[in-house]
Amino acid sequence: MATMTSEQILSIEERYPQVFRRPAYKRFAPLFLFGGILLYLVYALWFFNLPQVMRDSHWERLPLFLTQWISYDLQPEFRLDQPEITPKYPRFSALGENPNPDWVVKNADGTFTILIDGPGKSVTFDKTRATIIANGETVPVALTSGKPVISGPAPGWITAHDDEIVAKMGFVGEVRVTVDRVKVRKRFLGWANFVFDTRSPFFGKSAGEVISLIWSGPELKPGTSNLALAGDNIWNNAQWQHGDVWTKLLQTIVMAFLGTLLGGLVAFPLAFFAARNITPSGLLSQVLKRFFDFMRSVDMLIWALFFTRAFGPGPLAGSAAIFFTEIGTLGKTYSESLENIDDKPREGIKSTGANGLLVQRYGVMPEVIPVFISQTLYQWESNTRGATIIGAVGAGGIGLKLWEAMRTNSNWANVFYMVLLILFVVFIFDNISNFLRRRLSRTIHDYNRIQAEQG
Amino acid sequence: MTISATARSDATLQVAKSWQRQTSLRRLYTILGIGLLLAATLSSMWFADEANAGHFWDRLPHLLDFLSWLIPKDWNDVWRALFDTASPHDTGTQEFNFPLGRVYVWGGFYIPEYFELMLTTLNVALVSTFIGFVLAVPFSFIAARNLTPHPALRLVVKRLMELLRAFPEIVIAGLFAAIVSTGPIAAIIAIGLHSIGALGKLFYEINENIDMRPEEGLRAVGANWFERVRFADLPQVLPNFMSYTLLRVEINVRASTIIGAVGGGGIGEELKLSISRGFGAKTLALVLLLFTTIFIVDQFSAWLRRKLVGEQAFLMRA
Repeated sequence: MATMTSEQILSIEERYPQVFRRPAYKRFAPLFLFGGILLYLVYALWFFNLPQVMRDSHWERLPLFLTQWISYDLQPEFRLDQPEITPKYPRFSALGENPNPDWVVKNADGTFTILIDGPGKSVTFDKTRATIIANGETVPVALTSGKPVISGPAPGWITAHDDEIVAKMGFVGEVRVTVDRVKVRKRFLGWANFVFDTRSPFFGKSAGEVISLIWSGPELKPGTSNLALAGDNIWNNAQWQHGDVWTKLLQTIVMAFLGTLLGGLVAFPLAFFAARNITPSGLLSQVLKRFFDFMRSVDMLIWALFFTRAFGPGPLAGSAAIFFTEIGTLGKTYSESLENIDDKPREGIKSTGANGLLVQRYGVMPEVIPVFISQTLYQWESNTRGATIIGAVGAGGIGLKLWEAMRTNSNWANVFYMVLLILFVVFIFDNISNFLRRRLSRTIHDYNRIQAEQG
Repeated sequence: MTISATARSDATLQVAKSWQRQTSLRRLYTILGIGLLLAATLSSMWFADEANAGHFWDRLPHLLDFLSWLIPKDWNDVWRALFDTASPHDTGTQEFNFPLGRVYVWGGFYIPEYFELMLTTLNVALVSTFIGFVLAVPFSFIAARNLTPHPALRLVVKRLMELLRAFPEIVIAGLFAAIVSTGPIAAIIAIGLHSIGALGKLFYEINENIDMRPEEGLRAVGANWFERVRFADLPQVLPNFMSYTLLRVEINVRASTIIGAVGGGGIGEELKLSISRGFGAKTLALVLLLFTTIFIVDQFSAWLRRKLVGEQAFLMRA
């Protein structure tokens, strides 16, 4: 590109004064905005005391929690101070009442070998010594001198405390050795006992065995068919609580559905009286608009807390909270779209001598109904997500169950199960609502096109 | 409409017949649709009522019972609770211990407790919207069909934003509550992550509708991707971006109140406690403060948005 002469530059400057000679406040506005945001962030840093919070936080827990979402562990303990070494599993272990896993091996010479990840990561022990193998290294530990002693240099993956030796083997688990017990934690990928819990007669059977039992096996519980028994066992699985989770999920869906639909039904007639171009009185319009603002501003949380006190915890309270907020939100959006309609069809209907109701029915509704439905679907979608949170304050549904699973027992696998269900439901509903809205927007589009063609 | 016997040609008759068939079919669909919706509504109502702790018809007469504890004996207590001045009804219980909440800034000057809590909630909303905006902008350029540097990258970013949008905020809040301890930081992370997804979606839809001619011009003079995005796209979309961000601030103020009630700190937590203990004056003061704040934020943001993009932004959101 040829370089410009100074005259050319000047002439461009001359022609576009609005670009080159802007007032100072306009030129520096972005700078001020940027500086303001920066200052605010520094203030927020101080306000939330971020450095202190970060120092006190436990980021090492994050990978641990995340692995717990998709895995479970078994923690057998071997007492060495008893006459005979026997494995002890915690109560309610995922292995059931008679655990006999193949990774706990009792050798011919009386020693035990625990295969944490095959023989490459394992521990072999008796009452006098333990041998820990991992990462290609073999570490012998003597247990006879009153505390565990490593003979030779300790590799980096072993931590020797005063009375305990901890060998971390990464994701697969760890071994803790003291003089009187060996504790093993072995981690498995997946969810334990997702279908049948340990009390079920179907527990521990392969899918083929279960199917053949249901198909043609003898009745496991006299008086009920095996199919009904299996269904009951799955529904009432003590660990995963499928029945309860699915019922609560349905409650959340129902809350969003009822609240949005009823809110829309109440907002619909009110919006006509609130729209400036349709209302019979300006005062009524103002009053209704402030009413909508009030319902929205009181906030779903406040409504949820009040209705939880009024109706008791449950989906009724949640539905009522969404219903009240939606009257405000939908009333506002409905009346705004009514104010933006084309006035010509109304005039046409009015000129034929139709009464007020008929004018709305044939002059307004064909234009706004697709828009209304589309807006309602949008709110329905967002309320399906919102209903989860409201649930946690007591308004019923899966939110409370999620919150309890997180707070009381940190059961992250259960949390993840529920999260997957919620994601699935949100995904399905998003698609339904998108599909319906796309069809509706085609209707709106067609309507506009026809209007444009007819002038 | 009936067809008169004087209809001339077969063609007219055929048109009329098919029109009739179409309308009756449409009417059938409408009736079926309404019937289905009605059935779904009624069964939902029955289900919600069954699952609830108290039942609708039993509780309805008692619906306004809460007024008995909500309406304070002395209305001045509402102002006292709001501004943390001593109440003559103070008997040492938590219901009237207003001055205890004062947050002293320097000397005798203090911020009333509820204003401080409201400030926390507002700051959570603002910081998380900021996080959402800062990350959603680059994501939206990658996810827009007409601007993406690579189609595969576009798909990854789009899926990521979908996941962030749909992932329940409460789970993220709960997870980070266990890591950084309960409080506003966990709420910021939860709402911030959600905002990335929500804003990112709106932003890339705006990006896909821009005028591509400036972009072509810059491409012709050899501008790279960053330069094209910065000088061709950003000036077109920034007002709309700001408008949606302001809308997000409104939504996030509400979200941070709710997350606050489940352990995120701020005014939500205090409100939940106050309602569950039945403290009339305190509850009214909190509701009043929250209501006024949300109202002001909404109106201010609406005014600013109108200045930024004019009336179109207030047309149908669909």
